[in-house]
Amino acid sequence: MASLAPTFGRGAMTNHWVDIKNADLILIMGGNAAEAHPCGFKWVTEAKAHRNAKLIVVDPRFTRSAAVSDYYAPIRAGTDIAFLGGVINYLLSNDKIHHEYVKNYTDFSFLVKDEFKFENGIFSGYDAEKRKYDKATWGYQMGKDGFVVTDPTLKNPRCVYQMMKAHYGRYTPDVVSNICGTPKDDFLKVCEMIAETSKSDKTMTIMYALGWTQHSQGSQMIRTGAMVQLLLGNIGVAGGGMNALRGHSNIQGLTDLGLLSNLLPGYMTLPGDAEQDYKTYIEKRAFKPLRPGQMSYWQNYGKFFVSNMKAWFGDAATAKNNWSYDWLPKLDKGYDLLQVFENMNQGKVNGYLCQGFNPLASAPCKIKVSGSLSKLKYLVIIDPLATETSEFWQNHGEYNDVDPSKIQTEVFRLPSTCFAEEDGSLVSSSRVLQWHWKATEPPGEAKGDPEIMAGIFLKLKEMYKKDGGAFPDPILNLTWKHRQPESPSAEELAKEFSGKALKDVTDPKDKSKVLVKGGEQLNGFAELRDDGSTSCGCWIFSGSWSEKGNLMARRDNSDPFGIGQTLNWAFAWPANRRVLYNRASCDLSGKPYDSKRKLIGWDAAAGKWTGSDIPDIKADSAPVEGINPFIMNPEGVARFFAVDKMAEGPFPEHYEPMESPLANNPMHPDNPKARANPAARVFKGDWETFGNAEKFPYVGTTYRLTEHFHYWTKHVKLNAIMQPEQFVEIGEELAKEKGIKAGDHVRVKSMRGFIIAVAVVTKRLRSLNVTGKKVHTIGIPIHWGFMGVAKNGYITNTLTPFVGDANTQTPEFKAFLVDIEKV
Amino acid sequence: MALQSLDIKARSATTTPSPSVRETMEVAKLIDISKCIGCKACQVACMEWNDLRDEVGNNVGVYDNPADLTAKSWTVMRYAEVEVEQNKLEWLIRKDGCMHCADPGCLKACPSPGAIVQYSNGIVDFHQENCIGCGYCITGCPFNVPRISKQDSKAYKCTLCSDRIAVGLEPACVKTCPTGAIVFGAKGDMIHHAEGRVTDLKSRGYTNAGLYDPQGVGGTHVMYVLQHADQPSLYSGLPKDPSISAMVGLWKGVAKPLLSLGIGLTVLAGFFHYIKAGPNEVEEETEK
Repeated sequence: MASLAPTFGRGAMTNHWVDIKNADLILIMGGNAAEAHPCGFKWVTEAKAHRNAKLIVVDPRFTRSAAVSDYYAPIRAGTDIAFLGGVINYLLSNDKIHHEYVKNYTDFSFLVKDEFKFENGIFSGYDAEKRKYDKATWGYQMGKDGFVVTDPTLKNPRCVYQMMKAHYGRYTPDVVSNICGTPKDDFLKVCEMIAETSKSDKTMTIMYALGWTQHSQGSQMIRTGAMVQLLLGNIGVAGGGMNALRGHSNIQGLTDLGLLSNLLPGYMTLPGDAEQDYKTYIEKRAFKPLRPGQMSYWQNYGKFFVSNMKAWFGDAATAKNNWSYDWLPKLDKGYDLLQVFENMNQGKVNGYLCQGFNPLASAPCKIKVSGSLSKLKYLVIIDPLATETSEFWQNHGEYNDVDPSKIQTEVFRLPSTCFAEEDGSLVSSSRVLQWHWKATEPPGEAKGDPEIMAGIFLKLKEMYKKDGGAFPDPILNLTWKHRQPESPSAEELAKEFSGKALKDVTDPKDKSKVLVKGGEQLNGFAELRDDGSTSCGCWIFSGSWSEKGNLMARRDNSDPFGIGQTLNWAFAWPANRRVLYNRASCDLSGKPYDSKRKLIGWDAAAGKWTGSDIPDIKADSAPVEGINPFIMNPEGVARFFAVDKMAEGPFPEHYEPMESPLANNPMHPDNPKARANPAARVFKGDWETFGNAEKFPYVGTTYRLTEHFHYWTKHVKLNAIMQPEQFVEIGEELAKEKGIKAGDHVRVKSMRGFIIAVAVVTKRLRSLNVTGKKVHTIGIPIHWGFMGVAKNGYITNTLTPFVGDANTQTPEFKAFLVDIEKV
Repeated sequence: MALQSLDIKARSATTTPSPSVRETMEVAKLIDISKCIGCKACQVACMEWNDLRDEVGNNVGVYDNPADLTAKSWTVMRYAEVEVEQNKLEWLIRKDGCMHCADPGCLKACPSPGAIVQYSNGIVDFHQENCIGCGYCITGCPFNVPRISKQDSKAYKCTLCSDRIAVGLEPACVKTCPTGAIVFGAKGDMIHHAEGRVTDLKSRGYTNAGLYDPQGVGGTHVMYVLQHADQPSLYSGLPKDPSISAMVGLWKGVAKPLLSLGIGLTVLAGFFHYIKAGPNEVEEETEK
């Protein structure tokens, strides 16, 4: 999300699962789709069977995805930017790019400010003490007309193309091989295969997941992949895209609905402390176009925001009180998972509501998490299962060796339902909101999450009403018009997200024309208004439940164009579009680059865009009008140069993981500041918990196994039978060195603790030659704990460091340092 | 269980002639190892459909779990790491289980009438109610598949979901396989499908790709597409030229007729003795 939005405008998977079958080449890197997404992986086999597609896997481990690949290349964990930077260099220096595409649909020709610099691994504006950048210089040269200055000849050394060429020119195949440990021939073979897809009628799709996000520079890894795809013209086309595979069935819905601490629904953002003024808040987000004639769709921010506030506060939100803007929290900083546990650890948190989340197992550095939970006064667990977190205070021998008498935290368990025990929608990786129906009644006292939340809310409201309080307004004024206030139905909530007209909504061009009558469900976000006449709880979901009914419940899988575009199956946001940026699949005149995989095309006779998808552009805007495909970006085009959208720089640069087997960054051996991500946040006291390569010489990397889902399925006997006992994987060479045989018990330790597990000795984990030294990787599956029916095991996150990506703060689970010994 | 909708073609230790009126399609399951991602969904589906729950075991240093076929695990994935070409690692994942031989060694070896049957569609099934737990089927099997349960001393193995197939469904493992690595249908169609897969694999550089349908056991009703059909043993010891154990051959081929002959001869000898010597009359003198 934090990398695709700065590049393309929206932080979501660009294509969809079924569309993977349209690819000619599939690159799985930063993920392991066959194991983590076995059902979705079927579309890879479809592409192989029906398009003769090839599959490349780049991974530190030879995974089950690699087992069915056409080509596998090993890579050292945490060095993907170097690898992909090398691919960019290969494509540029061998002229394997889609010229027309990059010239017209990206920022290639945009001129960058002269003050912007990149020296010895650090971009301009760095404050080493705060570990933060002042991003003032990370911008474009602006003309007097208020638009970005461009150089269509691409000769100006300050144009994005030239600057990018210089930046990635340093990533030669030798440099890549030296950093990544990937044999040079393997790297070049992958480059060659990828380069083939720069042709208009060839596409590559990239499938990735947590293997990219869970690094201290994870967002930039994804961005580098996105840049490769842009160079090849593989974004917005069938069989292309950056496909972020979601692990939880509804994790896409979580971010869509704004459940991250800094977000509002539909990727709107909460105001910061400095933004007390409503007008400035809106103006700062309603981006004006940076190039002539561009849509810059966020210009409508005010409409999305006001409609959202109407959904939340109803009649209490008025123009007079700025739609209740003052009731929104103003952030002094992000309150991500790591920050919250840091606060807890400092004794600044009294109570913690933990809903559908098992942080003792899922968060890094168990000792810190356990200590933090112990400092709470109360902990509320809303979960269908007894989790490690709900039992964190119990002594479970070696697996959770705590002293319950020393822990005063009061724990409340509120049993909730599983997905099959409730109605509702799930948003898939494909951005498809798919309705599902309750299959069975929940057991015992379990209640649905809306019912639990309603119970807490109504009690709070009653207390505020009776006793008053410091700030009762948002609680007392929250709309709660549910037929059963104590148990809001999924249908009611879904309708609220989709939105309705509070008064008649008219056509701005012809006020006499009523688009939707007051009281009716909206057809889509184009009908949203900022005058309080519409209400919508999540603008991107708008239209999912219109007067036509619940479109999420549609189950028509007809595929009239034969490329998997089933527009009448459920509902995809935004506006039921299945492939984002699909305007980019056509040339400037509106003709599809590949007629066999046509998504849309300009139909001059009809005066509109038509095809197998909903156009991701104003439907009746002729190509001559020059609206570019990336309508969410004020530039109208996709960004290679991310301006000020990323924490650590506009161009991704390779930095070592926070814990690295190398003493310095081979790209900048003389600059210790550029060793690891300069903008990664490290809390005071956590530096001391990072280990070094002398004591912990091996790279640890954690991952999931196909037999289990997170920490849930160890509660299920069938899954426990399939993968009963905790293990770690080590290469044959390291095993020999350490005298470890398959089936032995080993202790794996990091600076933060140790785990004991069975050793799986394998050829699939190779030692790699990195900067002339041998680097071994130890693979550590997650999944085990001290609850459930599988054999008890240690929590893998005992080992992992308490540091995250500089943009998202997603913990660095994929690359850290460990040691290993036979027990 | 005897299923009314499936005719029995052969029955262990029985000489009653088989029914032959209905025209049954010969079926086969095709397992394409080049498409298998080793997810074990087939193992789970097998346990769910057949109401089996094996022990929560141990990790013995490999991905294989349960580590071997058991009376409660009728199919297991076997993971083999091989380098056919130097520096080109392959992870060959084979779904192991009963091959449903056209010429089933287990059935031939079984001494208990009706404990092992072969349906007219080719499926070889164990009828546990007739099983005496002697283990001859294990000796008879060239693929080391049947397992005797410690719980009830009866032999168990994959039924090819004969109960599902009898009512027009595909086997549970086929239904669940997410990548389409397991397909099911008429044996002829499966061979045809395999040919397409072999062509594809050859185009991807697997020059020795081929179908595994070993003729030593008359062909099988579970077949594999192998990337390296010239070396089946790479796939966790899949036998190259499986055939029924000589012991069973001896028992059924030579020894049994001989034995039968022996019994017959004894009877005949007695008869001729009677004809020749007459009834065994007690001499009066002896009685005295």
